[in-house]
Amino acid sequence: MAGASAPNTEASLWKVLIQRKSVLLGLIILGIIAFFAVFAPLISPIDPSAMSVRNRLTPPGAAYWFGSDEFGRDQFTRLIYAGRVSLAVGLGVAIFSSIIGIFLGLMGGFFKRLDAPVSRLIDAMMAFPDILLAISLVAAFGGSLTNMILALSIVYAPRIARIVRASTLVIRELTYVEAARALGVSTPRILVNHILRNMVSPVIVQATFVFAYAMLAEAGLSFLGVGVDPSTPTWGTMINAGRQYIDHASWMILFPGVAITVCVLSLQISGDGLRDALDPRISRRL
Amino acid sequence: MNRYILKRIVGMILVMFIVLTIVFVIVRLAPGDPASLMLGPDATPEEAAALREKMGLNQPIFVQYIGFMLQILRGDLGTSIFFNQPVTTVLAGRAEPTIFLTTFSLFIAVVIALPIGILSAYKRGSWFDQGALSTAMLAASVPSFWTGLMLQQYFGTELGWFPVAGYGGPDSTFFQRMGYLILPSIVLGIVNSALILRFSRASMLDVMSDDYVRTARAKGMSETRVVLRHAFKNALIPIVTVIGLAFALLISGAVVTERVFNLPGIGSLVVGAVLRRDYPMIQGTLVVVAGLYVLINFMIDMVYLIIDPRVKY
Repeated sequence: MAGASAPNTEASLWKVLIQRKSVLLGLIILGIIAFFAVFAPLISPIDPSAMSVRNRLTPPGAAYWFGSDEFGRDQFTRLIYAGRVSLAVGLGVAIFSSIIGIFLGLMGGFFKRLDAPVSRLIDAMMAFPDILLAISLVAAFGGSLTNMILALSIVYAPRIARIVRASTLVIRELTYVEAARALGVSTPRILVNHILRNMVSPVIVQATFVFAYAMLAEAGLSFLGVGVDPSTPTWGTMINAGRQYIDHASWMILFPGVAITVCVLSLQISGDGLRDALDPRISRRL
Repeated sequence: MNRYILKRIVGMILVMFIVLTIVFVIVRLAPGDPASLMLGPDATPEEAAALREKMGLNQPIFVQYIGFMLQILRGDLGTSIFFNQPVTTVLAGRAEPTIFLTTFSLFIAVVIALPIGILSAYKRGSWFDQGALSTAMLAASVPSFWTGLMLQQYFGTELGWFPVAGYGGPDSTFFQRMGYLILPSIVLGIVNSALILRFSRASMLDVMSDDYVRTARAKGMSETRVVLRHAFKNALIPIVTVIGLAFALLISGAVVTERVFNLPGIGSLVVGAVLRRDYPMIQGTLVVVAGLYVLINFMIDMVYLIIDPRVKY
């Protein structure tokens, strides 16, 4: 319920970003990774799928910074291109699950009649282990990048919905909402302008964690071979491909694993720092 | 107290009803004809029609829904297309590694996390606390299958301390099979210890500032007694809750960990079912796993009755 009793403006969010060193550090690392991913073609002029049989499984060195894979493809180039897909999945899931979660949470929190069904739905969705639900959804939708984002968004939406519902329950009773109602402001307007705007911060915090979970889940699904097409370089498919060569080419697994860990870690650090800064009561407990 | 139990039972039934509905919807979301999808491209139209008939796919969706609910109520989870056996039989045959893997890793996670969490809360803000929290965050950020592959390579292949993968032959003894679970359990235990550590620390911090802890100190009780007898006992409720929540995390972890270590458990079963589009198998596994989660959380609500008399409102 962070920020529910004391509405946080966008200005204070920025202040937090700058004041909290951990948040700043997390964001800087993320920024660097995102920069590499977005400008991949400029950073490495090599084609990520260019094969060189003569140079297959070359250890890391001057020619191949992060070594080469079983087809002689440059692992560094593949790693930064894979970052595009992995980050896109994380960001996509963070955005879509927030949209679904906000809708569900607002409905449940604001309309008393909908509260019980929405809460039970959230409970039921949370009863499925995330990877299990995700692979079942991917099995139903078919394995593609868009479907994976859709599946993971459904999996993580209840986490956002829970926060939004809890915050709505508190904000709904505040005097300014009552005042807005008395003035005859329409319900959709109250929901968006008076309630939603005052829970931007907790939603952003939760979406940061969802971003991290989604990246881990994408890697897991790709590793299991039920995610994106195995030829698409993602950090998960790279680890899966390197599995067979772990005995003599451990770098094939090492670098993508480190990339996922650094990314997820910096997201969690940012999320934690933000949450602590926005609600000091929570920082003591979690 | 009876009201409390009754309320929980009604809640559990409602959630289970929605869980079943979600499973029903997921399996029917697949575009195209599930029968031909399951049989593959070589199937004749007659074969597909026969399977559709067998699965009741020709009936109106509402009739299918009622039929599905009644079937589950009878304890019938359907027949796996690939194994051509009842889903319950296949699940039972694969349950052993998963049950022991999740139990061992939960045990490892609690053994690691609980003492560190308590000590962290007690030495709040110290180097120990900071270090424990940072390590927990790191553990929660590393993909479990990656940790698994790395440890498998080092402790299994290079040092030869543990079996690398598999679950022994058909005539291996129970203890031999359990040997195969040591490394996977450690991997899964480490990943899950992060959540339990953070929760037990938070929960201890909450009670450490309570009045009765101050009173205990004021009357000259030793610090160990204060922490273990007064604070820890009261911190148990949120800790028990999180152990229940960890179940879902453990099953998710088991799905990937079983794949890494080639364990013939429910996790690898469900991945295989997804790759083969064996919908009855996916459906049955989802029902059982989600059902277990709901049941475990119900039992935890009942445990509250024992560890916290205040719950009996």
